[in-house]
Amino acid sequence: MKILVCISKTPDTIAKVTFTANNTKFAEEAVQWIINPYDEWYALVKAIELKEMGVATAVHLITLGNADCDPIIRKALALGGDEAIRINVDSQDSYYVASQIAAVAKEGNYDLVLTGKETIDYNGSAIGGMVAALLEWPFISHATQLVLENNQATLVREIEGGEETDQVQLPIVVSCQKGMAEQRIPNMKGIMGARTKPLTVREPIVADSLTSFIHFDLPAAKAGVKLVSADDPEELVRLLHEEAKVI
Amino acid sequence: MSVLILLDQADGHIRKSSFEAACYGSKLATQLGVSSEALVIGTVSEDLSSLGQYGINTVHSLSENSLSNADVQVFTKVISELVKNINATVLVLSNNMLGKAIAPSLSVFLKAGLVTGAIDLPETNNGFVVKKNVFGGKAFAEVGINTAIKIITLNPNSFPVTKIDAIASVKPFVATIPTAKVKVVSTKKVEGEVSLSEAEIVVSGGRGLKGPENWGLVTDLAKLLGAATACSRPVSDINWRPHHEHVGQTGLAIAPNLYIAVGISGSIQHLAGVNRSKTIVVINKDPEAPFFKSADYGIVGDAFEIMPKITEAVKKLKNK
Repeated sequence: MKILVCISKTPDTIAKVTFTANNTKFAEEAVQWIINPYDEWYALVKAIELKEMGVATAVHLITLGNADCDPIIRKALALGGDEAIRINVDSQDSYYVASQIAAVAKEGNYDLVLTGKETIDYNGSAIGGMVAALLEWPFISHATQLVLENNQATLVREIEGGEETDQVQLPIVVSCQKGMAEQRIPNMKGIMGARTKPLTVREPIVADSLTSFIHFDLPAAKAGVKLVSADDPEELVRLLHEEAKVI
Repeated sequence: MSVLILLDQADGHIRKSSFEAACYGSKLATQLGVSSEALVIGTVSEDLSSLGQYGINTVHSLSENSLSNADVQVFTKVISELVKNINATVLVLSNNMLGKAIAPSLSVFLKAGLVTGAIDLPETNNGFVVKKNVFGGKAFAEVGINTAIKIITLNPNSFPVTKIDAIASVKPFVATIPTAKVKVVSTKKVEGEVSLSEAEIVVSGGRGLKGPENWGLVTDLAKLLGAATACSRPVSDINWRPHHEHVGQTGLAIAPNLYIAVGISGSIQHLAGVNRSKTIVVINKDPEAPFFKSADYGIVGDAFEIMPKITEAVKKLKNK
């Protein structure tokens, strides 16, 4: 049972968001890069757990990007991935990215593809569903639990206003969120071991881009807070009712 | 040509976020000079012709309740069939759990460019450009769609619901429904709670509340206001509150009319998930809490003393 985990490089959650080149590009200077938290905390750790339990035989990682991605790939390998594939191209279009991942998933005979529920930078939330559609595999989105028995997966996923328990035969694609696993810190043995784990760099296949980022903007600053005395909370209720008209 | 809007339902009622999608899709149809058509799957209690109020010209009704559990491949097949039948050039869905699950698959199947989490009508004078949130709400992006068919998922609480005096024609839609590969074993509804992504008012608690036993301070006020409850990441990490209540950059991003934050300092990650709220109220005993910088109203003080007084004042207001 082979698992392919999709890893994306994102700016740290505390990174200042600014843009360059006439607001057409995210300003990458001085940004700390991390593994997209949903990919790392939930998809990757879940895959590692499945391998530790003896359910999975291999955990491979895939990412798209240039050599700047290598540190985050090494960290993912330090956490417990067996080997990694980097597709040597930058792209922001989900369809293009999904096409690259689907091609690797097909060729590598994987049984399970895991992604995070979205990346914290472009918030597309589209890769998992697109990879599944390209492979014509079932897609389970926003999963919080996954149990594998023989070739059957039992999953819990979030639905609008509740949750649903599903059963489905592998191969499948699953997008993972909180509940799926717990964040781990790589240990020294893992970090040392990651240095020699295979990292294959491949050139992309030919694929279409269906969308393009044109321009970015920052939200307008707030006018400033109106403070109400702690002795007079009733005044706050009056303001919300009469001035803001929200209650 | 037409704009097709998928109307999602819960327990036989069309969702609030779907009415927003209906108005958004209809405005877009007018902008493009094409018809506005909707798809309703399963039986709903609303009179389908009344959806004309939201600008819909034609409602396609697929009375097949077994589709209410979301096998992505089944939904994709059925919706794609209608898109082709009615020559839809834009497909609009709500960016809720259903929309997020099926839109990417539809994008592949229809080879249609997808923008998720739109917050405004597209610019269509020169190309087709959709505005969406990026970086968890810290910024906006304008994204061009380069394909003949376009798919947009609309963020809840991003577009106003307006009504006109019109009725829609209703047509039965008989689709070829493939066998589902995903078997739904059980579903569990969160009973009696207001949906967090659709809520007009959200009352949210942080570590300042000291423990789950004190959450009455949040839930009492929320109940009175008909509000949803939410929490900060640390609170959900230590299991004081369920994971689905976590709002922020790595949780849910929301945009209610009123967001009341109690005992939340307002980290940059938390702000990213809530800064599209129209009015933000912050109650925190630390005057240096960064959240005050992003708030519209604030009280510096002890939530344990202030919250019961606010709840009491709201009670009085409601009884007036």
